[in-house]
Amino acid sequence: MKTLVKVLKKPITSTLIAILCGFLVAAIVLVLAGYNPVSSFAALFKGIFAKPKYISNVIIKATPIILTGLSVAFAFKTGLFNIGAEGQYIVGTVAAVCVGVKLDLPPVFQILIVVLSGVLAGAIFGGIVGLLKARFGIHEVITSIMLNWIAFYLSNYIVALPAYHQPNSTSSLPVNESSFTMLLPKWKVSEEGMAALKPNKWLYEVMVKTDVNFGILVAAVMAVIIWILLYRSTKGYELRAVGFNSDAAEFAGISVSRNLVQAMLIAGALSGLAGALAITGTAPHRISQMAAFENNGFNGLSVALIAGSSPIGCIFAGLLFGGLLYGGQSVQQEVGAPTEIINIMIGTIVFFVALTRVVPVLADKLEKRGARHAK
Amino acid sequence: MKKIVAFFLAVMMTASVTACGSGSTTSSTAPAASAAESQETSAGKSDFKITMVTDTGGVNDQSFNQSSWEGLQKVSQDTGATVKYTESKQESDYTTNLDKAADDGSNLIWGIGFAMADAVANAAKQNPDISYAIVDNSYGDKTPANVTGVMFRAQEPSFLVGYIAAKTTKTGKVGFVGGMTSAIIDQFEYGYKAGVAYAAKELKKNITVDAQYAESFSDAAKGKAIATSMFNNGCDVVFHAAGGAGTGVIEAAKEANKFAIGVDRDQAYLAPKNVLTSALKLVNKAVELVSKEAINGQKIGGKTYTYGLTEDAVGIPEEHSLMGDDTYNAAIALESKIKDKTITPPATKDDYNKFVAALK
Repeated sequence: MKTLVKVLKKPITSTLIAILCGFLVAAIVLVLAGYNPVSSFAALFKGIFAKPKYISNVIIKATPIILTGLSVAFAFKTGLFNIGAEGQYIVGTVAAVCVGVKLDLPPVFQILIVVLSGVLAGAIFGGIVGLLKARFGIHEVITSIMLNWIAFYLSNYIVALPAYHQPNSTSSLPVNESSFTMLLPKWKVSEEGMAALKPNKWLYEVMVKTDVNFGILVAAVMAVIIWILLYRSTKGYELRAVGFNSDAAEFAGISVSRNLVQAMLIAGALSGLAGALAITGTAPHRISQMAAFENNGFNGLSVALIAGSSPIGCIFAGLLFGGLLYGGQSVQQEVGAPTEIINIMIGTIVFFVALTRVVPVLADKLEKRGARHAK
Repeated sequence: MKKIVAFFLAVMMTASVTACGSGSTTSSTAPAASAAESQETSAGKSDFKITMVTDTGGVNDQSFNQSSWEGLQKVSQDTGATVKYTESKQESDYTTNLDKAADDGSNLIWGIGFAMADAVANAAKQNPDISYAIVDNSYGDKTPANVTGVMFRAQEPSFLVGYIAAKTTKTGKVGFVGGMTSAIIDQFEYGYKAGVAYAAKELKKNITVDAQYAESFSDAAKGKAIATSMFNNGCDVVFHAAGGAGTGVIEAAKEANKFAIGVDRDQAYLAPKNVLTSALKLVNKAVELVSKEAINGQKIGGKTYTYGLTEDAVGIPEEHSLMGDDTYNAAIALESKIKDKTITPPATKDDYNKFVAALK
């Protein structure tokens, strides 16, 4: 009994229960829609794990949402709801493209400048939200939703500008090759590179057929940095204090408004970084006319929720999410089930994660009952 | 710190557990899945497998993705070939979806839309044994041996609807709303303008065409704004080649009680009293024809197919209550003139200028 209570009290347990429930509901939906859930899930897992290149693709897909998830989780810890991650992500891609198309420096400098411009753009977008909240008390949800749309139309506007528009397409020009952050981007598609990789089928598939890039390393490092910042630094203490109770923080001599702006600057920078790395790391290395949001930022909200706003947890939640998104395509292809099923599954998981706050309470009750029985 | 380490361990353990779990489910269900697959194939006569990858519009886009899928379903009915699709949510999905389609053992893979041109070319290079086909794109002389381009002479139906528009207008002013400037949309614009010019000469009237671009294939609000201003400026017929943005054009026509001309599919269902006619571009027909050739073992790679009136892959719908019999019959007469090449509708600005010069 005691061990059960102990296990139930761990946050990871509730998350796992939530994920299980998500699969269960998805199975019910699949049956109702007339698809075989067993073969659907088989297709899903096969689509994620069957080949090394699939796993590589999952990691690539997960990279931006780990970072936007981190952005949302960080803001959440400081008492802010960063629904603007989507817009910050978009301006990150826009800035990276604007700089990456016009600039052509040696790779190391080029990558640094292109990525930093994306980070800066995201930070500015986040900073505006923080400033408006700190100065005028305008709620961050309202301003950031509006800024999402501003970013959306800004992106479409930049795509249509003659300076960036690629003729006969609905896209911008791709960024210069010197900005690519894939592993050996030129060598792997050259004659000798192909020849060297060919004997090793595993390596060949992962290298040539997927955009293996450094993004995931950056994302992991950022997660650790954010964790240290939040829990092992004075600044983090201030930020969290403002999040817990801004009045108490103010009373303790912590400047609430300064911390608000700084928190949003960092959150925005993380989302902007996600956008910039997506441009430099994955094909087609450009932005296109959007008809609707691509959800890289909104998926970050789900990632942060699943992770329980833990910075390190975001890495795993992001990988889970990326796996579901990527594997979901296989379900559609092999079973014919619409990818909406995957969306339902993800939605259910998030829903149950919110619900599983109940689990520790339940554990408490179990404990009490156990105590009573002991008497 | 301990907590973090514990958390790491816990996650890693659960990850490995789920991985094992998934491994076992895969192996245990694999026979079932393959049994289902073999049933599917044994039901038909062919073991040919076709997969199409949609662009970001998705399979229910009311436009060419949907049309293509309808074409493939027809192929499946007629020949028993297995047909499947995957939807791309983002541009970065093109490469991965094409890759999965290849892993799935497809014999022919369709990429829908010119946005996928680069992705299809790359996939074809990596899988020389698989045939690829792409709608609305031509690689010209550089067409790889295992890639087929499918193009349409969209200037032909556009010419017909331009003619109809000019015959119908009472104000002597008609409009055109394009998506984004490109060679594909030029076909519509100059075909339409030529049709108007041709009718104007026939009627001995001066008819002007107001052409504007929405700079988007999805922004219905912008399409509506442009069309509304055109109607306010005296246009009474507006033709659109702007995809989703064009639904705004039709909406504007409905509100102003003027005429709009649809594109790609018969769009009369959007506003039965205001959609005069539509410039049909039957992607389903082309997808069907090319797929069937591939199934029959004909060599389709390395070239570009161009479909037009002669192949019945473009045209105008039969329904013509809004324009009346006279105009419709005149348009049909024009259709046969295009078919026997007495008239060649222009597809580019240069050809259009030559066409107009020749008219005078």
